[in-house]
Amino acid sequence: MTDIPWLTLAIALPALGGLAVALLPRERVLAAKWTALGVSGAVLVLVAVMAARFAPTGGERLQFAEVYPWIPRFGVNYAVGVDGIALVLILMSAVLVPLVVLAAWHENDDADDRGKGYFALILVLEAMMIGVFAATDVFLFYVFFEAMLIPVYFMIGRYGRGPQRRAAAVKFLLYSLLGGLLMLVAVIGVYVYGGTFLWSELVGPGGALAGVDTTAARWLFLGFFVAFAIKAPMWPVHTWLPTAAGASRPGTAVLLVGVLDKVGTYGMLRYCLEMFPEASRWFVWPVVVLSLVSIVYGAVLAIAQSDMMRLIAYTSVSHFGFITLGIFAMTSQGQSGAALYMVNHGFATGALFLVVGFLIARRESSAIGDYRGVQKSAPVLAGVFLVAGLAGLALPGLSPFVSEFLVFIGTYAFHPVPAIIASVGVVLAALYILWMYQRTMTGPAPEGSARLRDLSRRETWAVAPLIALLIIFGVYPQPLLDAINPAVEATMRQVDVTDPAPALGDADTTASGQEEGDHE
Amino acid sequence: MAVSELTLAAEQHAHAVTTEASGAVLENSWLLIALPLVGAAILLLGGRRTNSWGHWLAVALPLASFGWAVAALLHMLGAPPEERSYAVPVYTWFSVGGFDAEVSLLLDPLSISFALLITGVGSLIHIYSVGYMAHDDRRRRFFAYLNLFVAAMLVLVLADNYALLFLGWEGVGLASYLLIGFWQHKDSAAVAAKKAFLVNRVGDMGLLIAIMLMFTTFGTVAFHDVFGAAGEAGQGLMTAIGLLLLLGACGKSAQLPLQSWLLDAMEGPTPVSALIHAATMVTAGVYLIVRSGAVFEAAPAAQLTVAIVGAATLLAGAIIGCAKDDIKKALAGSTMSQIGYMTMAAGLGPIGYAAAIAHLITHGFFKAGLFLGAGSVMHGMNDEVDMRRYGGLRGAMPVTFATFGLGYLAIIGFPLLSGWWTKEGIIAAAFESGGAAGMVFGAAALLGAGLTAFYMTRVMIMTFFGKRRWADDAHPHESPASMTVPMIVLAVGSVALGAALVFGYRFAAFLEPAIGAPEHHHAFSMATMLTSWPSLAALGLMVLGVATAWFMYGRREVARTAPRAGLVTAAARNELYGNAINEGLLMRPGQQVARALAAFDTSVVDGLVNGIGTSVRDSSRGLRGAQTGFARTYALTMLFGAAIVVATLAVRI
Repeated sequence: MTDIPWLTLAIALPALGGLAVALLPRERVLAAKWTALGVSGAVLVLVAVMAARFAPTGGERLQFAEVYPWIPRFGVNYAVGVDGIALVLILMSAVLVPLVVLAAWHENDDADDRGKGYFALILVLEAMMIGVFAATDVFLFYVFFEAMLIPVYFMIGRYGRGPQRRAAAVKFLLYSLLGGLLMLVAVIGVYVYGGTFLWSELVGPGGALAGVDTTAARWLFLGFFVAFAIKAPMWPVHTWLPTAAGASRPGTAVLLVGVLDKVGTYGMLRYCLEMFPEASRWFVWPVVVLSLVSIVYGAVLAIAQSDMMRLIAYTSVSHFGFITLGIFAMTSQGQSGAALYMVNHGFATGALFLVVGFLIARRESSAIGDYRGVQKSAPVLAGVFLVAGLAGLALPGLSPFVSEFLVFIGTYAFHPVPAIIASVGVVLAALYILWMYQRTMTGPAPEGSARLRDLSRRETWAVAPLIALLIIFGVYPQPLLDAINPAVEATMRQVDVTDPAPALGDADTTASGQEEGDHE
Repeated sequence: MAVSELTLAAEQHAHAVTTEASGAVLENSWLLIALPLVGAAILLLGGRRTNSWGHWLAVALPLASFGWAVAALLHMLGAPPEERSYAVPVYTWFSVGGFDAEVSLLLDPLSISFALLITGVGSLIHIYSVGYMAHDDRRRRFFAYLNLFVAAMLVLVLADNYALLFLGWEGVGLASYLLIGFWQHKDSAAVAAKKAFLVNRVGDMGLLIAIMLMFTTFGTVAFHDVFGAAGEAGQGLMTAIGLLLLLGACGKSAQLPLQSWLLDAMEGPTPVSALIHAATMVTAGVYLIVRSGAVFEAAPAAQLTVAIVGAATLLAGAIIGCAKDDIKKALAGSTMSQIGYMTMAAGLGPIGYAAAIAHLITHGFFKAGLFLGAGSVMHGMNDEVDMRRYGGLRGAMPVTFATFGLGYLAIIGFPLLSGWWTKEGIIAAAFESGGAAGMVFGAAALLGAGLTAFYMTRVMIMTFFGKRRWADDAHPHESPASMTVPMIVLAVGSVALGAALVFGYRFAAFLEPAIGAPEHHHAFSMATMLTSWPSLAALGLMVLGVATAWFMYGRREVARTAPRAGLVTAAARNELYGNAINEGLLMRPGQQVARALAAFDTSVVDGLVNGIGTSVRDSSRGLRGAQTGFARTYALTMLFGAAIVVATLAVRI
């Protein structure tokens, strides 16, 4: 099993694919597209095979691990490996990329290179996304974390939408750079205190960071946390996201919001919590408060938007609030819910962005006011839009419900007040989604305007897998949770927190007795 | 047997012993849900290929579910009463730490009663819809949504834990949303659908918090375990859970203060109004409260609140029903009112549970029948809903007239018809519950009976009697057999079902193992029902209501346009200003907050960051040069900067 360097292959394949696409002659755009689709499809197969060989229980915490010295002088290693959380995120990324390629097939046909560079960038980005989730060396993680900015910067600035795209790309870059620099300082600090960059050697009761004094650890925590909060994005450092998403091609937005932003919340769970357990517990309430502000603020701002891309971006601010809330609730339901939320949000928001992309492809606009009564002429498109939207409002039966529900359960067990405040988001979500649907898809189709085409076969294939996954994991999410749960348990042990016991202890024993009966 | 002693002797809330289901019928009772769900999937995914036969498949699958439910009932009746509770584990939905959400069903007298109502009345309405929707080019989709509804509603009533119940709970909300807004090309329909979902979400929020509270209190959300430990938790905690469950119930069942969506929901096609917004979904709140009886038994304050909400809604709905000229909205007000009766009865505790459920079942028949009748009238009158444009229709639509008339007699509580039996049960329970509260609830129920007789007589007269006030192009005709046959079946139920359930205490005894029994059975003896003073008062008020309506609408000519209204009538026409209150208190302030926050986000939050950026730029000439350069420069600068930092690090160490 260890003979095959799965993760290195999963990083190298798209990287080489991206290079190949970039090197193709300018006129071979079609070949570039098919190469991108083929390579990302192959990556998906590779990652899926790897996932099937993953042992959720009984195996090592980090599986498929590879460690090679990279810059021995500074203790930097090329070290990769995954636990259940990293695995499901890599899987999610590998699912999204080929669909984005398919959806973006004609999006840049009028660019000066007819989009060839865009497809190369997507593949390069995929390599970095897999790398950032797989890295188990803090410095390697930092390198991927920063390097990811470059392809995204060009995907927005060069291949984006509207006159503001360059400004949006710069804003995105400056924000990210600010966070990145703070993190770099913290990364150096980790090395100064710990003497190693290897995550597995840093964490744990006997780990290299165990002896760091409290104040220093809290500062280091902040260094990482601010970078992750900007990436996530969390209120009040969220304003780059609506701008960036509004200027992005929908395919870019899928990867930006669906995958890249997850690096922030993933980083909190993996690096902030595990490397600085005491500081994490100390910062619980400030982060919970910021999460609640994000949830409500993002939702209210989403309601106020008149542009669909910006609206979805703000819903994500709200959703990321749920994720950070779940992480810092410090309960198993909260953290497993948060990890699952990252996957589900990728699929749900991905589907929503793709559908808006299909609308843009038809009418060159993402303004809500430019659409009306679409369901009459394009019922399939409207149907997909509705399902994706319902996933966004966490309707039971679709996968985001499971994760949001778990975050609620886990948060309430932590403290009732934040859970109750967060539940306002449930009502607001219904408003921003259904109001957008009502304004764009329902009502009489305006007279005189051209009928909108319904989804083409290519578009259907790009979005149907996401809809299917939303339903499958809505009804049967346990396989993902089976992978996530052991990793969360390990994290909680590391942070030294346990689930609060139910108020009535003996009721719990009756419960487990009953369950055993139910299972035969 | 010790078990049966325990069950029957328990004063508070007894639960039969639940055993794992055995036998092919019970073990596979998940098929009840799966059959209509498959129907919805085939019709939605099959596309146009299923246009020609899809609706028949959609009729057949709920019918098959109904057959299965009947088989399960027979199986159940074969067992001794205290053993009629079966667990049907299917699979684990999700499980983290100490939390388990099981897909596991509970078949007991209460849930099977609902399953029979949902699939039985549901199948009839499916059949009716074949005719009613015959000319709609999206009929296939309509049937898909109807099947989806039946499946979700069955999940709601068959779940054996609150997490799975919530799936059904929001599932029916989705189906309701899709069907209210079925004619989405109309703005009014789309807005009504959104409103229904939103108001329901407020209620769902309550249910969701109740579930969280249950898990942190009991460590489980399974009915069996929560109810078993309900007495051990503090009363404050149980009151909180009870009130949160009530909030959920208010949303789904259109009880005050979350009633405002139901009248707008009449934008949906009439079969939807009959099935979802009269017979089944809107009664889910009553189901939730009765099912959670153990919770409310441990929380007297919450229980009293339930009864108060029910009593207030039963009057408010009746008052609204008195003033509406739109036949469907008049009936919707009536639905609010009738569910108010049920909610009030459910708030009386075990003494009212059987009465609430019995009325729920008979109401399912006569109200569905009334709505289908209204649909039949609309079908023959070019979709006209204004009763001021009806009149004298009894000759043109004899079957509709007869079936609607029987439903009418049932709902006003005409002696020996279904509604009489079950409404008497509620009135009796209210007075028997004792104390000043019991008198008030009883009085509300009596007053409601009078109002019911008034507004239903008004509907009856304006529609079927008096002069013809039809539009010029109206050519009323009787509806096809696919529509009239379900109406006839429902009319038979409206006449006979009440006696069949109530006479001889049959239904209450059947439900007893599931919902418990009051300390003293108030046996429904014919003698007391006809001679007790509440019964006589109810009868008298009914006659008074009918007579008043006849004087106002039967003897005088009905104007073709609504006359100017006094203060009370105007309030009733405006649904007691519920929408105005919502708009003034929530919508407009909410919009202002949203706008203000949006401005705040761009000017302050973003502005602050941009400001920092600007000041940095201004303080550094070199960077300003870079800012005005090409995009590429930035990336290179960034990379370069990072490289310098790394290099510095390398040199220093």
